[in-house]
Amino acid sequence: MRGRVLFDGEARGAALVLREPLSLWGGLDPETGVLIDAHHPQRGAVLTDRVLVMSGGRGSSSSSSVLVEAIRTGSAPAAILLSEPDLILAVGAAVGEELYGRRIPVLALDATDLAGIADGTPLRITTGGEVHAG
Amino acid sequence: MSVALDDHERAMLAGEDGAGAALAMRLVLLAADALQAERLIPISRAHVDSCLHHGQASQDFVDRLLAGGATVRVPTTLNVGTLDLLHPELWRGSAEAAARGRRLMESYEALGCRPTFTCAPYQLPDARPARGEQVAWAESNAIVFCNSVLGARTERYGDFTDIACAITGRVPDAGLHRDAARHATVVLRLAADVPAELREDDGLYPVLGIVLGRTAAAQVTVVDGLLRVSEDRLKAICAAAASSGSVAMFHVVGSTPEAPTLDAALGGRTPQREVEITLDELRAARDALSAGSGAALGDAIGAVSLGTPHASAAELAAIAAELEGDRVAPGVELLVSTSRGVMEMEAAGEPISRLREAGAEILVDTCSYLGPILRPTPLPTMTDSGKWAYYAPGNIGARVVFGSRRECIRSAVTGRLWRDAAVWGSH
Repeated sequence: MRGRVLFDGEARGAALVLREPLSLWGGLDPETGVLIDAHHPQRGAVLTDRVLVMSGGRGSSSSSSVLVEAIRTGSAPAAILLSEPDLILAVGAAVGEELYGRRIPVLALDATDLAGIADGTPLRITTGGEVHAG
Repeated sequence: MSVALDDHERAMLAGEDGAGAALAMRLVLLAADALQAERLIPISRAHVDSCLHHGQASQDFVDRLLAGGATVRVPTTLNVGTLDLLHPELWRGSAEAAARGRRLMESYEALGCRPTFTCAPYQLPDARPARGEQVAWAESNAIVFCNSVLGARTERYGDFTDIACAITGRVPDAGLHRDAARHATVVLRLAADVPAELREDDGLYPVLGIVLGRTAAAQVTVVDGLLRVSEDRLKAICAAAASSGSVAMFHVVGSTPEAPTLDAALGGRTPQREVEITLDELRAARDALSAGSGAALGDAIGAVSLGTPHASAAELAAIAAELEGDRVAPGVELLVSTSRGVMEMEAAGEPISRLREAGAEILVDTCSYLGPILRPTPLPTMTDSGKWAYYAPGNIGARVVFGSRRECIRSAVTGRLWRDAAVWGSH
């Protein structure tokens, strides 16, 4: 699969497929990497080092800060795959790289491709937006 | 990179205005790429949300900008920070956390931003963009309000991008900055079984916003069939819709500037979806906002939080009037959030005095769901805000009960959860 690059990079991790979009602000504890949104069906999931798969970033414009703080603490996901391009998350990833030198690729995939990713699938992302299984 | 730059933009990127401006331009270009813009356009104002402390990263970023000599190029207002700088005694957290929050707020002032510290900059007459004005606004409720209620133009800018646009004075020429993206593709109507009493009650509008956000996701929706909706009620829709969905714009036929008619809101096209919301669906959405509280009618409550987004002068007056001279019940905390700008308005003076006499606390510069501001209580906290109800359980562990302003105030006065059965029916 190939996605549109919102922020380029390489990553490896098991897919964490969110059944609903997640706003990282109010949704992710950047100290622990735990999903804390009380309204989200997957509350309690740990995002750290997973390839986060969700349709969109939803809601708050503070999500970029939470992503950068999670990058700083080391609790961030390994990569983020979306079907809706999200500049809030792309810019968060870019600032994370500027400040802390760790790149978290953010890609927008075709909705059908995204829906085909099963939770837990090991994924490898290479520069230019390639997504490989295994 | 496919974005065409003019000479000045290229110079900024090359660092001729300093390393801070160059970093800002790199971020604006990344946003432009994400939005597939072909060029940048100038803006006249910005509203920046990055001044709220989310961790060391927040300070590290602004320090990088300050070290690089950055300064804002357009008039820029600031969103809420961690604490109320005018009433610092209301902060219940650690002195270290307060110092971190304060330092970040002051760092953004040092970039040249106005210390407005409000999520409702549209209530400040000199910060309100005119219809058609191109701006860069952050803070989800303000973004929706800017596009929908003012008819000014912003995309959904977030932390870092907001200040990057303010420093460069540029935004990507994309999305809601352009005509094409501003037309509705979804029509939402209230079903005939939604009674007139509810349509005239403040409690409807946050719930409608929650439903709108969930229905629309990121699509532009037009609400048809409502009577004229006031600016404060539109604000309540904005905040709730941006909590439950990625909404950046909606229309209300006859109430918002780009929707004089349904056809105008749709840009003359056939909608992709038409959705009707029944009374039962509204009740379910209202109840879901309180579901985690486990509270029942008549239960003792611990606190009431109003003013999210920040109360306007008219709302302060309405809250004071609703108190009818009563005092807040002993043991209940009534906290009303507004901005320092509104607090200084002549129209707000008398309502604020009356609220304080009744035992209410007035909070500015921040919001009560961002940190340790409310007195800790094992009892439920009531709010009239869909956004507060949505985020407070996760953020501060509050047991939230959503109610209309009237329900909140009557509950604050009696100390017991009260519902207006005449409005929502007996279910």
